[in-house]
Amino acid sequence: MSNKVLINCKEASTICDKTEYKEATKWEKIKLNIHLFLCKKCSLYSEQNVIMTKIFCTHLLNHPDHIHLPGKVKDDFKAKLKEQMN
Amino acid sequence: MTDEFDQEPNVLDPNKWIDLYADYLFNYTISRIDDAEQAKDIVQETFLSALKAMKNYRGEASERTWLVSILKRKIIDQYRKMNSKKGKAEIRVSFYETGGKKGNWLEECVPQTWSNEAEIAFESKELGNALNNCLEALPDKYKAVFKMKTIDNVETEEICNELNITASNLWVIIHRARLQLRKCMEESWFKK
Repeated sequence: MSNKVLINCKEASTICDKTEYKEATKWEKIKLNIHLFLCKKCSLYSEQNVIMTKIFCTHLLNHPDHIHLPGKVKDDFKAKLKEQMN
Repeated sequence: MTDEFDQEPNVLDPNKWIDLYADYLFNYTISRIDDAEQAKDIVQETFLSALKAMKNYRGEASERTWLVSILKRKIIDQYRKMNSKKGKAEIRVSFYETGGKKGNWLEECVPQTWSNEAEIAFESKELGNALNNCLEALPDKYKAVFKMKTIDNVETEEICNELNITASNLWVIIHRARLQLRKCMEESWFKK
């Protein structure tokens, strides 16, 4: 990434994605904040990106259907494991 | 799974693994690899690999944590296999590549206001389905990288090594995945 303070939307969106994973550098964050101050489209992208992270994390980590494996599957697992132990 | 297991001295007992951890590992896997058959195979392989790796267990982590660490490797292997398959619909370009507007949002990719933003605060089955459908529509490679990064917090460097891509490749993939997921959610869930 360049040393310019003013960046375009493409660069801004990449930094924005990095911030979702706490991987943007200080300098990148400064450039991003200046861009967000000037650009409505990217501000919206940035806000919505936070929502995207949140809903996907919440949904995928708290899987609502807790599945119990059928007894037969577990018996198969046990048999294979026993076989391996001997 | 209760805490009791974690507080016991850390000794491995393969005879109890299936009863104690099979369900947990399966649920862990199914939320990342959404194919029950594949998930079952991965859990099975995890137990077998664990058995072989028992001598490397130093007793620092609990039995379950140790099994999960082996499972994670298996899941990453599976992601890598998915990686070689061809993707479905794919957003390639979201910004002007050349000309006076270079680096600006393409009209069809400009973020739109979501009028029902507040409603997503609570979880619902319908939201879950919408998210799953959108994830499913992603090319396998995008889905794998997005999940590894977003849900498993796998280090960028590790993903790059595993999938043999550069860091900038990775951020391009993340961006395309996010854009496609946004678009999909805008069509199915968020009201513009």
